[in-house]
Parts: sequence; C-alpha cells; structure tokens
Amino acid sequence: MTRNTVILVKNLVKKFGNFTANDNLSFEVYEGEIFGFLGANGAGKTTTIRILSGLSEPTSGEVTVAGFNAKKQPEKIKKNIGYMCQKFSLYEDLTAKENIMLYGGIYGMSKALIKERTDVLLDKLNFREYGDRLISSLPLGLKQKLAFSVAVFHEPRIVFLDEPTGGVDPITRRQFWEMIYETAANGITVFVTTHYMDEAEYCDRVSIMSEGRIVALDTPAELKRQYNASSVEEVFVKIARPPSLSSLRSEQALKGGLNLV
Amino acid sequence: MEKAVESSGICKIFGDTEALKDISFSVNESEIFGFIGPDGAGKTTLFRIITTLLLPDKGEMKVLGLDCIKGFKELRTKIGYMAGRFSLYQDLSVEENLNFYATVFGTTVKENYDLISDIYSHIEPFKKRLAGRLSGGMKQKLALSCALIHKPRLLVLDEPTTGVDAVSRSEFWEMLKKLRQHNITIIVSTPYMDEAMRCDRVALIQEGRILSIDQPEKIREGFSRKLFSAKAAQKYRLINALRTYPGIVSAYPFGDSVHITFKDDIYDKSVHDHLKMLGLDDVIISETRAGIEDRFLELMEKGSTAQSAFAKASADKGCNGITVRRQELRND
Repeated sequence: MTRNTVILVKNLVKKFGNFTANDNLSFEVYEGEIFGFLGANGAGKTTTIRILSGLSEPTSGEVTVAGFNAKKQPEKIKKNIGYMCQKFSLYEDLTAKENIMLYGGIYGMSKALIKERTDVLLDKLNFREYGDRLISSLPLGLKQKLAFSVAVFHEPRIVFLDEPTGGVDPITRRQFWEMIYETAANGITVFVTTHYMDEAEYCDRVSIMSEGRIVALDTPAELKRQYNASSVEEVFVKIARPPSLSSLRSEQALKGGLNLV
Repeated sequence: MEKAVESSGICKIFGDTEALKDISFSVNESEIFGFIGPDGAGKTTLFRIITTLLLPDKGEMKVLGLDCIKGFKELRTKIGYMAGRFSLYQDLSVEENLNFYATVFGTTVKENYDLISDIYSHIEPFKKRLAGRLSGGMKQKLALSCALIHKPRLLVLDEPTTGVDAVSRSEFWEMLKKLRQHNITIIVSTPYMDEAMRCDRVALIQEGRILSIDQPEKIREGFSRKLFSAKAAQKYRLINALRTYPGIVSAYPFGDSVHITFKDDIYDKSVHDHLKMLGLDDVIISETRAGIEDRFLELMEKGSTAQSAFAKASADKGCNGITVRRQELRND
C-alpha cells in the first residue's frame, strides 16, 4: 500500500550549544494516520514538535511538513497545521462562537466561510445552545471537544494534540477518540504526544524517543510482540531510558540553556 | 483495627456547584487508598477537607482519630500533603526546600533521613540546583521528600503523577509501596484508570459522588456483562459498522480495539456476515477481560449521576451513538 507522506524527517539534528536535543532523527508520518509520539521527560519531544510546527529551525537535516520545508517555509507550515493541548486551548472569557471566529480569523478564513462552517460545526456537535456561552461556563468534556473542533476548523493537513484526553471521564474520552478517528478517516493526520501509554494504544503507529533519538517505531501491536509485553506502557518502561544516563543528559541540557519540562 | 480516615456524609457546596455529595468511606491504617476520577470529580476538594484546609458544609470527617475541624492543629503535624500543583519554592535549591520544610515542622532532615533516603537519593546529586529548574520527575521526588520529612502518619497526594512520564511514574509507585513498611497510610488521587491497579483499595469518583469502593481487582470483576474485543485495520469504520448491527448492545473504542457487548451476552457470529457486507473482512472478535475503565463506564451509565452527565453531553449524538445505546439499555 502506498501512502502519501505528510511529515518527512531525515537526519534531523537540533543542538542548543553543546547539547544535542535531537540526534539524527528520521521518520515519516502518513496522510490520515494517527501517529503517537512518545518519550520520557526531557527526551527531546518538545524540540521536535517545535521544529515540525515551524517554530524552531533544525540545525541540520531535512524536514518537510505538509509539503513545505521547515527551514525555508515555516510560515507556510504554520498555516497548514492545527494544535491543541489539554492545558490551554480556548479563551475562557470568550464565547464558543467568538473563539471559533478568532481562530478562523487568525488562519485567514473569510467571514462567510467562518460563519458557514460554524453553523455546520455547532449542529454537528449538537452545540447550538452553547454557542453564545462563555467557555468558562462549559463542562470540561464539552470544552475539550470544542477545542479539538477549533483546532481542525481551518482544515489543516496535520493536527498536533498534546495529551488530548488527559483528565476527562471515560465516556467523554471515548467520544473524543471517535472524533479523532473520524478526523483521520477524513484525511487529516493526527500527531499525538502523551505520557499516558493507554492513549498510545489508540494510535495507528507510535514512536518512542529516548535521549534525543527514536528507539522504536511501529504499530502498538507489533511493538508489544517485539518486546514481549502486554501493553505499550511495558514496552516504554523497558526501552525509554536508562535512568543514570538521563541525569547526565539533564545536566548537559541545563548547561545548553534549556529549561526542562 | 483503627481507621486512619473515617468520612461520613461529607458535603461541600461552592455557589451553584455541589462539589461533594454525601461522601462516606474509610481508610485502613497502612493502606494505599486511591481516588480515581476525572478532572472536576471533587478529588481536590475532598483532599483539602481531609487535610483540614477546607471545612465541609455537612458530615463528619475523622482523621487519625481526630475530628478534622476541632483537631486541626494537632492533625496538621501528622499529615503530609502534596498538592496537585508543584508548590515548593522554585527559587530555593533542592536542599533549601527540604531544610525549610523540616524546620517548619520542628524537626531536621537528619532525624528522618531514613524515611526519605530511597527517594531523596535520586535527586541528592542535584541538591544545589534551584527547584524551579528540575525536570518533572525530579520535582515530584522532591515534593514527596518534603511531604515526608516530618514523618507523617498519613500522606495525602493529590495527582502526584500527572504530567510525569511513564518511567518516573512507575518508579514513584514503587516508592509508595515501600513507604507502607513505615506504617504510613497513603491517600492518593489520579485521573488515570490504569493507576488504580497499584492501590490496595480504590474509590471511583465522578461529579462529587463515589460510584464504588473496593479492591481494584474486585471492581474490575464487577463488570456485569461478557465483554468482547473487536479488531480491524479501519477502526472508525469498524465502530460505525458494529453499531448498525442489531445484536450489539454497545460498542466503544478501547485502545487498539473496540469493546463490544452482545444482546444476552451471546457472541452472535453472524455479525461477521454483516461486517463483510459493509466491506470489513478482517475483523477478529474475541472475549476479553473488562478493565477498571470498562467498569467505570458501566457505573457511569447506570448511576443516577450519569443522567446529568449525559444531559450535558447530549451533545454527542452527532459524533457517536453511546447516548442512543443507553436509551436502548434502559428499555431492555
């Protein structure tokens, strides 16, 4: 099966001073795929995501996102991606509709198009009654679903999600994953980062990063088979990092001027 | 055996929100007791009452034999509390933070070092570093050391593993297990169902109400139906196709598969014909064990709280059919 590649990373290196945050990464992500991007704290994930979203330049290597070069065309990349994280996604003191309008406007959509899609979206989520309510007054589950819908409102090629279902109840969580599946089935690539390995189980393929390198990349089922594990969590704990080295790495990172998260 | 915590009928209201509704439970000494529930379930409010930081509107809370209202002064010396947000002094070093907490409680690091040595040894090489410059896993270890330094009898940990990677989380749970040998009772909360299995007993909490309290294994076994797992390459199509088959009661995504229940719990093999007709010929269905999350879902659906949960989420006809399924369940 040939699939269209929407993210191409070849020999990516990113250095901060003497510290190598991304050490020769190569991988591809396909159109309509749900790709899990995993790694321990400080493994270098954030650095990679910043590069993939046009916020940071690679030191060397080739990075193409949605057909655009990360070094030469970062602004084009930004227009063609969406982003949502669990902690912050919508303005609490704006209404649902105002948030949609703001994001649509930022992405340069026309007023007519924003209005048309807003109607479709609110109907689809059965959200009409909430359209004029402040985000702060909405229950968490609804906020999360709306935040996701806003992140894909401008129909990006790729949407980046950071721990998309952390902290939500099990019913909302399932509904959320169905929205993600639907989005992927419509051809939008979903790039998920998470610390929660049960979220990783929902992905089509996952990569595991450790010490600035990708140490595993495959379907969850294949990884479990290879490492003789019953869950992605077990695989992760087996290969994510040798603890002693990671302390050394964090020392180097600090010297390179990075704050660890 | 004396109970470390006894709560009966605790209620707490903030404005229009009933944060806690009639919360009753008890925690045995030297037990690891978990509160498992999503954000907004009331976990933090409850923990603030246990730790005497907040007064209940109704009900009684006894902690280590003391009333949490009248006995708050004495209680505070016996409780170690790790708040959900990292609340140590970011502009003090690792070592300074630890000394500070020891001094506030009238003790020294040296006196109780044996209690924290296992945990603190991981971060001791960085003791001169400012707390604000630690990684997530290291911050968590420092916060735990500070909560333990006065040798509390009860340790209350509010979402200690949120935002921490899987390796550090696994290490953290091992540390908690070891603390049991020091006769410390531990109450811990988490939004992550998979962490329930690490506790001796857990309470599932949702919208200010406790849905169930038991050993995690028993909660799992409480799932009332036969559960099957269906797998296919195209998951989204699979979910939708399964839902159009009348013999299937519920179908929802679960990791790399779809969890389904059949009418009368009988595996109706002709579902495969139906799926083939819809172009899915690679579907594998097998019986599977329900997890804590499956049971949580079931309890949410059955409980009276579910009604309000669903009224709010009525929302979702558009993106899936769980709501519809529930109606069918009730009519059965």
